[in-house]
Amino acid sequence: MTIYQQGQVREPVPQGPLKTPFYPRVAEIDIVHQWHEWKGFSSPDALYCEDLEYFSIRNGTGVFDLSPMTKYRVTGPDAMDYLNRLVTRDMAKIKPGRVAYAVWCDDQGQVIDDGTIFHLREGEYRICCQERHFAWFLAATIGFDVDVVHETEEVAGLAVQGPTSYSVMKTMGVEGLEELKPFGLIHVDFQGTEMMVSRTGFTADLGYELWIDPAKALDLWDALFEAGKNFKIRAIGTHALELARIEAGYLAPYAEFLPVDETIRTGRSRSPLELGLEWLVDFKKPNFNGRRALAEEKRKGSTWRLVKLDIEGNKVADSSYIFSNSKAKGESIGFITSAAWSPVCKQNIALGTVRTPHGKPGDTVWVEIYYQREMHWNREMAKATVVDKPFWFPRRRGATPPGPY
Amino acid sequence: MTDKYDAIVVGAGHNGLVCSALLAKAGKRVLVLEANQQVGGAAITREFAEGYLVSACAHLLYQLQPEVRKELKLATRLVTEDMTTIALGEDGKHVRLKTDSVEGVSDEDAQQYRDFRKRMARFSKLLRKIFNKTPPRLGNQDFQDFLTYAQLGLDVRMLGKAEMEAFLRLIFMNIHDEVTERFEHPMLKGAISLDAVLGTHLGPRSPNTMMTYLYRLAGDQGRTGVPAGGMGSVSNELAQAARSAGVTIRTGMPVKRIIIENGRATGVETESGERFDSYKVISNADPKTTLMKLIGAKHAETGFARRVSHIRARGNAAKLHLALDGLPAIEGLSRKDFAERLVIAPDEHYVERAFNPAKYGESSPHPVIEITFPSFRDETLAPTGKHVMSAVVQYAPYGLKGGWNEEAKAEFMKAILDTLSKYMPDIEQRITASELLTPADIENEFHITGGHWHHGELSLDQFLFVRPVNGAAQYQLPVDGVYLCGAGAHPGGGISGAAGRNAARAILRQEKAA
Repeated sequence: MTIYQQGQVREPVPQGPLKTPFYPRVAEIDIVHQWHEWKGFSSPDALYCEDLEYFSIRNGTGVFDLSPMTKYRVTGPDAMDYLNRLVTRDMAKIKPGRVAYAVWCDDQGQVIDDGTIFHLREGEYRICCQERHFAWFLAATIGFDVDVVHETEEVAGLAVQGPTSYSVMKTMGVEGLEELKPFGLIHVDFQGTEMMVSRTGFTADLGYELWIDPAKALDLWDALFEAGKNFKIRAIGTHALELARIEAGYLAPYAEFLPVDETIRTGRSRSPLELGLEWLVDFKKPNFNGRRALAEEKRKGSTWRLVKLDIEGNKVADSSYIFSNSKAKGESIGFITSAAWSPVCKQNIALGTVRTPHGKPGDTVWVEIYYQREMHWNREMAKATVVDKPFWFPRRRGATPPGPY
Repeated sequence: MTDKYDAIVVGAGHNGLVCSALLAKAGKRVLVLEANQQVGGAAITREFAEGYLVSACAHLLYQLQPEVRKELKLATRLVTEDMTTIALGEDGKHVRLKTDSVEGVSDEDAQQYRDFRKRMARFSKLLRKIFNKTPPRLGNQDFQDFLTYAQLGLDVRMLGKAEMEAFLRLIFMNIHDEVTERFEHPMLKGAISLDAVLGTHLGPRSPNTMMTYLYRLAGDQGRTGVPAGGMGSVSNELAQAARSAGVTIRTGMPVKRIIIENGRATGVETESGERFDSYKVISNADPKTTLMKLIGAKHAETGFARRVSHIRARGNAAKLHLALDGLPAIEGLSRKDFAERLVIAPDEHYVERAFNPAKYGESSPHPVIEITFPSFRDETLAPTGKHVMSAVVQYAPYGLKGGWNEEAKAEFMKAILDTLSKYMPDIEQRITASELLTPADIENEFHITGGHWHHGELSLDQFLFVRPVNGAAQYQLPVDGVYLCGAGAHPGGGISGAAGRNAARAILRQEKAA
């Protein structure tokens, strides 16, 4: 610890949110000045026009600075066993060079967070998630020969998403993308520095995420935008990404679920079974956090069910109650957690949470939408259908090699 | 594959023996594996110097539950019963505390003491009921749990309005506040304070020391006795009861691990590599040892493993054994008083001051001491004319700064002898051999984490339905097939047999329900 003497000049304590390695470039583009704080970092809501930014994801390439994403490195002889006990899915099946979407629970089987786990090299993993979980991840090391290191600031990240992203990356000179399947990762050289490229994203479109030493961040940004200039590349903010996220039907913490360690009241958390993530829960594993509780829940039945809704009309169903009948009689059966008008699907879509046995795929439910027109509030009961598939899931997302759009 | 047992008990401590005997009486085929050569765990008699025997850890019997005595038909012979506690005064003016009365204090103190003990008797009866029950689960719909809750609530209510209020006020209090409210005589206050903190990492001003005091009384109103032949004879009697019920007991068989296959216990493996199969493994070891060493934390869930790793189990009580060529001289004591329990705790502040250094990892320069001369009425323990002194000395923190090396032990020994000499001027000349067991030594010899009497601090956050931790308070761990039956489980330590009996009953009830 440094002890300061009187009269000695101290280094200024950083004020306000931290700036990501890409901040100088993002700030240069920004003309609308809408930022928010994401786990201590500044992150833009939008940079110049939300609509244009959104359409770059669906029609060109959108570039999103995901450096604030929380990252942990997991190494050591027991790394795989450690992760297998931590998350609900079977990590033994995730070979080096593969990425797993995973969810982790407390002992009561309630979701703490979801995220992606990158099997970087044999026995070496990175967990990527929105929230911070160091205390939990360290507690989970008890009894394992494993090292968990928080490395959020040691790795800069960019999401490069959209139909032309493959062409942009190829033009930039990244090799080996032809064979890279969804949820695969490769290590490539970028100007003498190792860069990790994974075919992952939050948009359900063709896309990649690039991970690199923060010292090379600006060089990467410049090379990427130089390569993308003929492929409609644009930097994007969180709002555009959020819209793409809802179209993909992906979950977001604080929307579709509250991390259980943030809840005070009982019944405000969700289990993976209640979030439509049963496919991620492998009961064949003899032990993982939440296994006993989830097995019990499976036997007894869940309380909640996550639904994807296709809603009639074009009024966005933000924060709406869901009813089983058009008259809004009786108790509501649930509520909307995320909603949007989807420009690409031309659909009024939403994610919500309803009490079982309601909300089976194909069921009809009613959404009570309040909307404002020239100061006055209006109410509309809109009919909605529970759908099974993601709203947006283009063929190009899964095609290997991807098409040269 | 070797023979299959209905249950394997790891550790032949007194609770392990009680548990195994009761299971065997219910028709189960039970194997007990003990690491040491002798059964009894911390309830043994062994030689500490040539010709001198002593109860090596627990030395007084005051909590053995009547239910255990009855069900196992125990007939423990006591050489001394209903001991008087003599609080020693340097000037030879001692205070004598009995179950219902006290001598050597003012009339007002004497009256207060009678009232105090009457109230304590009522409250400790309540506690004794809880002692012999599986704690109810929190937030559970189970009817049995509901009944236990209801009974508990009713019992408290039945105390009557005034006493119920007193109970609810006192149970969370510290002993210091209560003794200073009631009593004048410093030695009376000191002696009661000592009883509340013996065997804990607590001082008289620490929270919930009223509860630890009541805990001590929850056997037989605190009536204390010395078993003939030392504490080992209680264990031997229990082992005999277990064997005659059909239990196989094997000593010198340290268990290396509890085998977990496909998420459940399937048996144990000994250090020598032998394997014994059973779908029920009952651990008499402390909860930390059970999960961290025997099972392996990776076989439990994270929240549970974290809770177990956070169990506070820092022993503070050292055990002193002296071989004496004769009884020491103590002013103001008659010869027969050597059969009683002597304590050095001259006032309530002395006890708290003795505790102060322990908070910072230092031993007490002026320790509190509980002294007995077990050989006084039991000639099997020492050569004719010679004597054994068995004493519990506090505070000797487990986590001593710099560790319990020879130098640290010598320093603490000197502090003890200096203290003893004030009351027994000739004690040092009488010593022919000695043994000092610090909590570190107790951990080594008896395999108790932290060398803690109770396998985990006896405090409200580790008591009743959260003992040892939430999720394991019903004797069953959240690892299928593994159970606890030792002091770490409800209700706690002391030679009571309650944990072992409750565990056996919980296991049998669970089987019946299945």
